[in-house]
Amino acid sequence: MRTRVWFRIHWRMFVAGWRRGSRYRAAALGGLVANATFGFLKASILVAAVRAGGGEIGGYDAASITAYTWLSQALLGSVNLSGRSDLAVRIKDGSIAVDLLRPVDLQTASTAQEVGRALFALLPRGVPLVALGVLVGGMRLPLEPVTVALSAVSIVAGTTLSFLTVYLVAVAGFWSVETRGIQTAYMILSGFLAGLFVPVTLFPGWLLAVARATPFPCMLQTPIDVLSGRVTGFSAGQAVIVQLAWIAGVLLVGRLITHAGRRRLEVQGG
Amino acid sequence: MPIIQTEALTRRFRLRTKGFRSREITAIDDLTISIEAGESVGYIGANGAGKSTTIKMLAGILVPSSGTALTCGLQPVSQRRQLARRLGVVFGQRSQLWWDLPLAESFRILAAIHDLSRDRERERTAELVENMELEEFLATPVRQLSLGQRMRGEVAVALLHSPELLVLDEPTIGLDVVSKQRLREFLLAERAAHGTTLLLTTHDMGDVSRLCERILLVDQGRLAYDGSLAGLSRTVAMRRVLVVDLAEPTPDLHDLPHAEHLGSEADGLRQRLAFDPEVTTAAALLAAVSEQAAVRDLSVEEPDVEDVVRRVYVSRGR
Amino acid sequence: MGSRTRPYRALLGARMRAQSSYRASFGLDLVSSLLIGLVELAEVWVLYRAVDEIGGLDLTAALVVFGLADTAFSIADLLVGHVDRLPDYLRAGTFDVFCLRPQPLLAQLITSDISLRRLTRVGVGFAVLIVGLIANDVTLTPSSVLLVLLSLLTGTAICTGIFVAAAGAQFFLIDAAEMTNSVVYGGRYAANQPGSVWSRPLIAVFGFGVPMAFTGYLPTLTLLDLPVPWNLPDWAGWLAPLAAIWMWGLAGLSWRTGTRHYQGGGG
Repeated sequence: MRTRVWFRIHWRMFVAGWRRGSRYRAAALGGLVANATFGFLKASILVAAVRAGGGEIGGYDAASITAYTWLSQALLGSVNLSGRSDLAVRIKDGSIAVDLLRPVDLQTASTAQEVGRALFALLPRGVPLVALGVLVGGMRLPLEPVTVALSAVSIVAGTTLSFLTVYLVAVAGFWSVETRGIQTAYMILSGFLAGLFVPVTLFPGWLLAVARATPFPCMLQTPIDVLSGRVTGFSAGQAVIVQLAWIAGVLLVGRLITHAGRRRLEVQGG
Repeated sequence: MPIIQTEALTRRFRLRTKGFRSREITAIDDLTISIEAGESVGYIGANGAGKSTTIKMLAGILVPSSGTALTCGLQPVSQRRQLARRLGVVFGQRSQLWWDLPLAESFRILAAIHDLSRDRERERTAELVENMELEEFLATPVRQLSLGQRMRGEVAVALLHSPELLVLDEPTIGLDVVSKQRLREFLLAERAAHGTTLLLTTHDMGDVSRLCERILLVDQGRLAYDGSLAGLSRTVAMRRVLVVDLAEPTPDLHDLPHAEHLGSEADGLRQRLAFDPEVTTAAALLAAVSEQAAVRDLSVEEPDVEDVVRRVYVSRGR
Repeated sequence: MGSRTRPYRALLGARMRAQSSYRASFGLDLVSSLLIGLVELAEVWVLYRAVDEIGGLDLTAALVVFGLADTAFSIADLLVGHVDRLPDYLRAGTFDVFCLRPQPLLAQLITSDISLRRLTRVGVGFAVLIVGLIANDVTLTPSSVLLVLLSLLTGTAICTGIFVAAAGAQFFLIDAAEMTNSVVYGGRYAANQPGSVWSRPLIAVFGFGVPMAFTGYLPTLTLLDLPVPWNLPDWAGWLAPLAAIWMWGLAGLSWRTGTRHYQGGGG
């Protein structure tokens, strides 16, 4: 029964987030135009780089690098690479006290809502960009049921992981009023290490190792690789398992921090 | 020459409704007014009557759809920059001060913007700081000021370049009684000293009765009354409201001479009674109330602008 | 002249005092803008490291492009970058207040703030430029020095023009400010690229419409004697002032149309 209650609460939160996402249409249109512009610019230089590399760089050929470009732009509206969250604002202005009084888990409930809002962006931003990639950029999408199912899991996992990590940034506010520094650091590093600018497989070995030691590649690079069919079958399954492992890890760290933060609020009275 | 003159001033807005359709509303309709230098005019009307739209057109922020406006003898939009040197505007709801800088910086920057000489800047700043009692928080960033302190600052900086016309849009909104009173006294003193023309929009009849010699009442974009406050009270009875706090819960008070029961709160512990000061007095009404119930406390409210406006419509048979 | 610039000097002076007085926060801003600059550089480095050349540029030539274009954009961002907050100004009524002051509206908007924190990012661009020039053995002749300086100057002018043009459009797009961001920040990204890899529509948009190619790419080709695409002459880099004039023409038009629309007269 408790599981059922848990699912009901979090489903409600997810739906509430989804509805909120649906209210920002003008902003979504603006974002779409920006993503498309970057898509065209990135595709042209990355394809040129592949040609210059003799038809292949970092495991990408012209078709897969095109897919990479458009998919990264398509997911950009959903995966949180800015480090900003409503929660951080609520902690700063003190309205967090209200949230903590509710009989729900702060971490999972707030993340469910953010993820709902983020996934809505797939409709106004993700789908048109993929369509643009297919029509204009000559990108192909795999249609095997297994890949499609795995891709869906991977996208949701990547988005969830990004918001769980941003949650860690937000709850730093329990200890310090000014979390702007951490948020900015997240913003600067996450895009680069997630593979937003260039695929992480183009990184020199040491930098690739650094990237893999963070959750960031699992937020964007992994869903793209699975969705574009660059990794398939067993290795695709493996990639998704790595994502889930990161989610479990970040979830656990978040729980510990939330617990400590609550204690701190109770002791110091906010 | 009048300091403000409008001729058939009209402003329409296009409102985007659902989908791609839009509908046009007329915010100001055929407004013709003339205000002489040195006058003190209250511009009143219900919310959305078009007060702010008029002010924006007079200040050169908004272009009229048709008709003309001359402010200080200038075309507000095309001669905006000349006009800005002769006009001061205070918006109760938006700030002209630099939010994150100390209040004193706003004086310095605006003195530069209006190109006051160093001597003039020092002299005028000192005068305003003293009259408005700003000294103690000159070094405080504006965002840390209370609303009352901030509004005093707003009015002071709007007067820094000694404009001949000062326009105030809801200057006392949200202020406590003491702050309101202080602001009104300052405006009266400023006017007495420099002959500044005042045009103010307000919801507060207290502002009007203390500051204004003439009233313009606007309703749905049209001028509904132009004349003195006394004249307006003759047109519609200017009712005031007596609020009594009673010792124990009491049924609604009725059968009081020349008074209307407006409402009760907290099981009749507090009751509101409207009366016309031309017909009866607060004292007489209070005596009548005391016969029915024990009065613990009382206050008298100024007539509400919305109430006055409503009654003007009624008296004009609308 | 002194009295004409006095309002702007007073305002900018106050802004700078305020920004540098919050030491810790200002330091943090300087560091983060430095990091952003370095990460953008790393992106160029990672890409060009993987291959010999892209679109006719090798890594060292790409550094010159980055150095010229990013320095110019960062200076523009420092000076006028806050104009993309115009929608906030409109919502808060700050713009109405500008209308009540006896200075031109655009001059007031531009001088309403300055972002000193972007100094470190200008530093990154400039350092990369110097490194790129040395790595390419550019000899110090009067013409090469003049070309570099001219390119920085006109590049800054082009980028400020883009910010202003975008601000003008925001009078129409208050709720979709990201739309203009695609031109402004997409333009910044485009400026670091070799224009020879672009498709025709991209050439039309970022080569000539919003002439980003003139802020770094084309001057670099002229400076390093590399082949120039798009049927332009070898000395195309010297045409940057024309591009700046064109951009400011667009900016002026956009700003006028935007303010007219805001005031509701024939817009």
